[in-house]
Amino acid sequence: MPKASVGTLYRGHEGMWTWVAHRITGVAVFFFLLVHVLDTALVRVSPNAYDEVIATYKTPIVNLMEVGLVGAVLFHALNGIRIILVDFWSRGPRLQKQMTWAIMAIWLVLMIPGAYFMLIHTVESLFGSTS
Amino acid sequence: MSAPALNAPKTARSGGRTNYEMWSWIFMRVSGIVLVFLVLGHLLIMNILDGGVQRINFAFVAGRWSSPFWQVWDLLQLWLAMLHGANGLRTIINDYSERDQTRFWLKAALAVATVFTIALGTLVIFTFDPNIS
Repeated sequence: MPKASVGTLYRGHEGMWTWVAHRITGVAVFFFLLVHVLDTALVRVSPNAYDEVIATYKTPIVNLMEVGLVGAVLFHALNGIRIILVDFWSRGPRLQKQMTWAIMAIWLVLMIPGAYFMLIHTVESLFGSTS
Repeated sequence: MSAPALNAPKTARSGGRTNYEMWSWIFMRVSGIVLVFLVLGHLLIMNILDGGVQRINFAFVAGRWSSPFWQVWDLLQLWLAMLHGANGLRTIINDYSERDQTRFWLKAALAVATVFTIALGTLVIFTFDPNIS
């Protein structure tokens, strides 16, 4: 297999970076999924065992990682839809760059309220409730 | 001057592999669309609405799995997400592992983890007992 990749045309633009991010988020979500099935399987052991492990999900640092997980899944979903549109929509290939910026905008618009509701409990427990 | 002789046209690669890769390509798109609804719905309910993970405990799970709707949702989500993810990892292993041995063992580990996780998750959904002590 040739290793040299000098002069490739496919470097450093939106298409490459979304491709890289799609792989990274995909792998990260897959490994979380393996762990998540294991932690949920504890409901077959005992209510206590399950509740104890789920308690770690409610700590501030893991709570922050949940925002990262949701952000990764949401990017992977939006970019997946973009890939499908590039593949099957006649105007998809011509608009792939615009669609990249569109999914980034949608991602941001959904993540701002999403992160707020995911983190509000942690913020209030750390810094006190304002209400 | 005579026209240069042409090589015989190459025959299309026959056998299972080409077809398998096509079906894998289609599966990624079909399962992907279904997973957009299943997984984003799951994340919205579990992480964002009504207090998010703070309200999740054994009783919460028992309440949800008392409904066949959520059992089917979770079962479908488990199978599609695991197969979609495993197929994605298979592609990545094919792309980056250069030695045949490395590729073989990585895929073997992936297959074991995938079969184990799908089997465990399916078992848990079907045998869940809300009155377990």
